[in-house]
Amino acid sequence: MKAVASDFLVYDEATHSYHENPEQIVRDDVEKHYWRHVGLTIAKDWRLYIMLVPMLVVFLLWRYFPMYELLGCFKVADNVLPVADQLFSGFSNFKILLSGQDTLSIEFWRALRNTFVLSFYGLCFGFPMPIILALFFNEVRSNAARSVYQVLTYLPKFMSTVVMTSLVMMLVKQGAQTSNMGIVSQALANIGLISQETARAGLLNNPGFFRAIYIISGIWEGAGYDSIVFFAAIIAISPTSYEAAQIDGADKMAQMRYVVLPSILSTIVIMLITRIGSLLNIGYEKVILLYNANTFITADVVSTFANRYGLEGAAKGIASAAEMMNNIIGMLLVIGANTIARKASNTSLY
Amino acid sequence: MKRKLEVTELIFKVISYTLLTIFALGCLYPFVYAVSASISGAKAVDYNEIVLLPKDIQFEAFHRMFSDNMFWNAYSNTLFLTLYGTIWSLLYSILGAYALSKKRLLFRKFFNFFLVFTMWFSAGIVPQYLNYLATKAVFNGVGIMDDKWLVVIAMGMQAMNIILLRNAFEGVPSEIEEAAIVDGATEFQVLSTVYIPMSKSTIATVALFFAISRWNGYFWARQMISNSFEKPLQVFIRELLEQYRDAEFIAGWNEVYASDSVIYALIVCSIVPILIIYPFIQKYFAKGVNVGGVKE
Repeated sequence: MKAVASDFLVYDEATHSYHENPEQIVRDDVEKHYWRHVGLTIAKDWRLYIMLVPMLVVFLLWRYFPMYELLGCFKVADNVLPVADQLFSGFSNFKILLSGQDTLSIEFWRALRNTFVLSFYGLCFGFPMPIILALFFNEVRSNAARSVYQVLTYLPKFMSTVVMTSLVMMLVKQGAQTSNMGIVSQALANIGLISQETARAGLLNNPGFFRAIYIISGIWEGAGYDSIVFFAAIIAISPTSYEAAQIDGADKMAQMRYVVLPSILSTIVIMLITRIGSLLNIGYEKVILLYNANTFITADVVSTFANRYGLEGAAKGIASAAEMMNNIIGMLLVIGANTIARKASNTSLY
Repeated sequence: MKRKLEVTELIFKVISYTLLTIFALGCLYPFVYAVSASISGAKAVDYNEIVLLPKDIQFEAFHRMFSDNMFWNAYSNTLFLTLYGTIWSLLYSILGAYALSKKRLLFRKFFNFFLVFTMWFSAGIVPQYLNYLATKAVFNGVGIMDDKWLVVIAMGMQAMNIILLRNAFEGVPSEIEEAAIVDGATEFQVLSTVYIPMSKSTIATVALFFAISRWNGYFWARQMISNSFEKPLQVFIRELLEQYRDAEFIAGWNEVYASDSVIYALIVCSIVPILIIYPFIQKYFAKGVNVGGVKE
């Protein structure tokens, strides 16, 4: 009877006997001395692994060690002891934040709400703008004219956050004895959108205007640059699609609806999901640069809350607990968005 | 045969051109205003008499800026941080991305996750601050007293850029690498003679991203650099703005130029170098968005 070659024994035709499968011997050896084999592979290929080392060290030291420091939010804050030696305090920092009792907690809830509201408004108003711009760019037939428009609209992206916010602050600054209010406030007051008193008091000192300023300056800064990816999707549409639609009697609106929109839909979905994923990772630098004590009510987000209490104040444990909650919700949003993207369109962002 | 424009098409075209023009001019206006305000006379700026073009032209504000040693100092600090920061970031990113692009790398999935996780979750401001303080103590302990080096080495790592590089390296055909290995090239030679030349444009894009984030870096530079001679331009601009904002009400300004003109001059000075190199880097910028969007 002829036996089938198994993983363990091989039938030898010549000697009519069984002997051990040599491949299986190697497999067994690898299984038994796994780490020795890993070491051997690395030693043989050491140049490749040496290349990995600087990157790993940098990320470990300055991205992962801070996560270890996060342990501090479960501990009694102490300025002298390292985080490992501090006393455990359980969830007390989180309880203080979530209780809703004292001012600290009320400010935390306000900051969490502001974070959501600010990024949600940013999504609602900031997201469609690049798409609309890309559609408009597509209408400009002459290349030279389109380049001019594109250069002008990309321009604000090249300013740093500090320069951008400085410019915004100067344009809507308050009026004083020696100098007048900013030119944009002046213009808005002159056409009657806001009253002279509001404009004179400075729009950035008014909590009612913070969100509008934040979002409009965001559109000013980013819409042109963000339109690149949508414009690339639009010019990839074959001209024959338009011609076919025209022969079928489609007017401009119908072409938009049945040719352009379906072609760029996948780009829109991907971009939308990315935006939703990073909903809570709001650029705190811009908020810190734009807000002041008068506008905390609408401007204070979780990161700036942590900055005020943890870096400028002394409540390090509470501040890092607040940010940790924010960042964990943010991470869940990113992973969720990425999973949906993978399911929906077979494109994974990472 | 040219088709006649339909009515809807015509309306759409008119709307497009109009709105696009308005938006583009809106984007441009603040810059034009900043330039005009920086070279206008004190009275014109303080009473909002300039709308577009400068009035009572003076260059005293720029002169004041240029004669300030701290301004040049801040500028050179920013150049230092941008140059060395970009080189350092590129160095470990290229090496790491090359290793990650190899299928034969053991624990490749783990290393990828190690990178990607930093994009999902960050520890937050406070733990990072404590970490940088500890790093600063270690750096001072080994004799690196300049906080500039702390900013260069410990900040500005971006997992996304490494992933862009990794994807570019994965796109290099393996036959070329095999040919190089047959010719006796070592791993480092393969990287420097095959991979880097073949993904030049992605490397340029990533270098640009690093350089821009270094040039723009403000928050941590302000937190960690204590010596005022080491402050970069962004911190200098912001501190001057805060100083002027607070000082304005205490003392009147009796000079040829308004106090605002100094701020505007500073803003113009910080934008101009970018405008000069803008035509050269624009194509990499546009490319970066497209490669950054979607993978596979």
